[in-house]
Order: sequence, then C-alpha cells, then structure tokens
Amino acid sequence: MGPTFQERTMTIPEIHPEHKEYWEAASEGKLLVKQCDSCGEYHYYPRVLCPHCMSDKTSWVEAKGTGSIYTYSLMRRGVPYAIAFVELDEGPRMMTNIVDCDLDTLHISQRVRVVFKQSGDQENPGPFIPCFAPVEG
Amino acid sequence: MTIKGMAYIAGAFEHPTRKAPDKSVAALHAECAKGALEDAGLTFADVDGYFCAGDAPGGVLSMVDYLGLNVRHVDGTDTGGSSYIAHVSHAAQAIAAGKCNVALITMAGRPRSEGRSGVKQKLVGANVPDTPFELPFGPTAVNEYAMATMRHMYEYGTTSEQLAWVKVAASHHAQYNQNAMLRDLVTVEDVVSSTMIADPLHKLDCCVVSDGGGALVIVRPEIAKSLNRPQVRVMGAGEAPKGLLGGKTDLTYSGAIWSGPRAFEEAGVTPQDIKYASIYDSFTITVLMQLEDLGFCKKGEGGKFVADGNLISGIGKLPINTDGGGLNNNHPASRGGIVKVIEAVRQLRGEAHQKVQVENCDIALAHGTGGGLASRHGSSTLIMERV
Repeated sequence: MGPTFQERTMTIPEIHPEHKEYWEAASEGKLLVKQCDSCGEYHYYPRVLCPHCMSDKTSWVEAKGTGSIYTYSLMRRGVPYAIAFVELDEGPRMMTNIVDCDLDTLHISQRVRVVFKQSGDQENPGPFIPCFAPVEG
Repeated sequence: MTIKGMAYIAGAFEHPTRKAPDKSVAALHAECAKGALEDAGLTFADVDGYFCAGDAPGGVLSMVDYLGLNVRHVDGTDTGGSSYIAHVSHAAQAIAAGKCNVALITMAGRPRSEGRSGVKQKLVGANVPDTPFELPFGPTAVNEYAMATMRHMYEYGTTSEQLAWVKVAASHHAQYNQNAMLRDLVTVEDVVSSTMIADPLHKLDCCVVSDGGGALVIVRPEIAKSLNRPQVRVMGAGEAPKGLLGGKTDLTYSGAIWSGPRAFEEAGVTPQDIKYASIYDSFTITVLMQLEDLGFCKKGEGGKFVADGNLISGIGKLPINTDGGGLNNNHPASRGGIVKVIEAVRQLRGEAHQKVQVENCDIALAHGTGGGLASRHGSSTLIMERV
C-alpha cells in the first residue's frame, strides 16, 4: 500500500501587485493564465510583459483547468506529497501538486483537473492554490 | 576578445574539513584563501581582484573587509553551485581587460553543522517573481532533480541502474581520497536498494551534505610563469542560465547545451579532446544529463554512456570526479563548483591521487549546474590545459 494524499500546510505565497486578479480568481475556483494580445501565446507564471515576444499587451484568460502530468516526484520524507509539472490543455506547463488520490498510482501523461487548496493553516489562512487531481476514467 | 590563454589557475585549495561546527563561515573562507595563495606561492598583499557568491557572508563588501584585501576589482556573481566556475571565466576576463592581476575566488559553508539539506524547502528572499507560483508546492533540491529524472526516464528509457553507475564511479574514486566524506565502495544494487527519498531518486543518488570550502587564484600569464608551480591555462568558458521558459518548460536538458558549445568553440577543442572532466554531481541525474548536453554522448544515451564503469579512471573512456565528487567527497555549502575546478587542476598538474591520476592529462573540463534543474539553474563550463 503506497502513500495516499494527506493535507499538508502549503507555504503562503507572496502576493505581487500584478497578480491580484489571479489570486482573486483562485479564491473562486478559477485558474487564470496570461495570453499575449500580440503573439497569441499563453504563458505561465503570469507577467506584465509576454516572455515570448516581450509585448506589454497581455490579457487574463480562464484556463479550462484540465491537462496532463508532464512529470512528477513523490517526496517521501515527512508528510508525503507529489510535486509535479502539469501541461495545461492551453499549452503552458506549471509547477503544482497532485492531490486527493493514491500517490503511488501517478504516471506521466495522466489526465488531471485543477482543484484549489488553501495555503497556510486555520490560524493564518492564505490564498487558494491551484493543485490538480487525477480525472477518473 | 577571448580569454583563451589570457589567465592561469595558479593556486587551488580544498579545505580538508567536512564538519566544522567550531568555525564560522567567514573563517572557513579565510582558511581557504590562505591555502590557495600558499599553493600558488603568493600572499594576500598580491591580490587585487576578489570573487565570491551567495555563500560568502555579507558578500564582497564584508569579505574584502574581513580578509583585509586591497582590491580594484570585485565580482559577486551568484549562479548557485556553478558560480565559481563562472568566476574563473570572469577573473580571466578581468585580467584580460587589465582590471586586475591576481584574482582570488573563495567559497565555504557549513550546511552539515547547520542542519540544512536538500529535502528541506529552499529559503528565498522577498519579491522574487517566481516564488508565489512555486513555494506552495514544496520544491526542494531533491524533488526538483527527481522531476527532471522522471521525465528523462519517460522520454529516453533511462533506468535507476544506469544512474547508479554514476555513484558507483564516485565511490570507486573516493576510496583513495583521505578527506572524502564517504569512502566505502558501493554497488549498483546498493544504490537502487537505498531509501527512496523523492521518486525516482534514492538516498545514494544524492550528494553529501558537507561543511568546508575551497579557493582558487587566477593570475596573469607573466605571473604564472614566475611561480614555481605547474602551469594550468584557461582555454575557454561558457555560461547559460536556464529557466522555465514562460511555460514552454522542458526538463530533459540543462543549460549545458548552450554553455558547452560556447566553451568548446572558444577553446578550439571538442569533447573527444577532453582527458578528464569534473561534472557537477549534486545528484546522479545531474551528471548523466550534463554529459549528454555537453556532447560527450548523444541526447538520450547518457544512461548507456555512464554504465559499466565508463566514468571510472583507468577503466572507462571518460574519467570524471576523481576526488569522489559531490556524491562522495565534498559538496561544501551545498555548492560544489569550486571543488570541480580544484580536482581538474590536480589532474592537469599530475597531483591527483596516483590511483586515479589520468595519464597524459593535458586538457580538462569543469562543468557546473547550480540551482534547480526543474526551476532555474546556472550552467558554467570551463576548459583548461596543462602548458
């Protein structure tokens, strides 16, 4: 029997001014990514200049929230957790955690869907963080 | 402008300690500086350029003051464990530009005494742009390199047994190094049956956590020729930071694909000319991936290349890390780059342990990957020759 997912205290992220909308959307269960108005490319993490063409014309877009595991690793020291990169169906790959599952069943290319977990703890709650859980079937 | 032939590595010193609870980090820097200057036959008064990175407490200002230096050129470039390999290049550039004549590079740290290791979350400062999108997920040194390993296995069929050969080679070399932290020979079976830390990396895929440090002295050619030491000349260097590429993330290669060709071009040599290589070994995967990216084998064939003792001096085609490397000898301050240059200098001088000394070692390479393989890392390549 391998390790199953356990809730873990996630570090509270520092909120930078240009990411206010991102964290507000996260609190409503929405994952935002940036899309460039000039070159059309998506990027992650979000910036004020498109990292692909350096245009300053970028827009927030709500991602579908689905993707597949690009790679992962199961940390077995302390509370076990799975860090991963997920490739969003829009294209960008993002660092995340895989949650709410038997962590020993994970594999590359597995389909996943975004699920938000709150950072911090009860006494000091932080923003909601985009994690991913395997999609059944 | 080129740095080829413009500077020599005149002094090299690796601190013998691997555990230093009774010494400050600054004191270790000072002892390393003294050791490297004595090795070169120079004094603190001769130093007019100073180089250090993030391990140096208080940075260049505190260290220059503490060491009592009177310098006219300083450089605090920090690209993690690869910093010191870049510093050799930067020192050569500064010497070529007339900014200094005798450059001192120091590094030291005490992660072992301070209880830091690669399974703990990294410490980072405020306002770093990437951290809000990474720190909540618990990235550490080991699980980052593990993610790169997992993808490499998926794309190229690399196995844990192949990776284990990197550690086997390190242990083979370390048995002859009296100062090495780990000196016992291990087998492939020992590595793959050791505790799993972060899948697919086992405990023995990870480098040691050691206290210590090292220093280098880089000098103008005329000065090197006036000293009573074997002459090691800088031939070429390359640098390349690599990150997550705005989401076009690819964890199957390192910045060595860029820094390597730059160094080989400047040096005017190819991977086939390299008799000995110091290849950064924070983890076994680091070695395998760098060897591919530097062109010692084709992409995806690193597993086959490192297997069956190919990295062992006297047995394989490419002897690497003959001091035992970060995996067995030393990874001071969790930044191993300076030790990589030091062992390459020993090999070029013919001063490596006789059991691991490479015959006719006239051209050597040192390469470092500093930082996170699955986030941002610096890659530095340095090629040197015995004159």
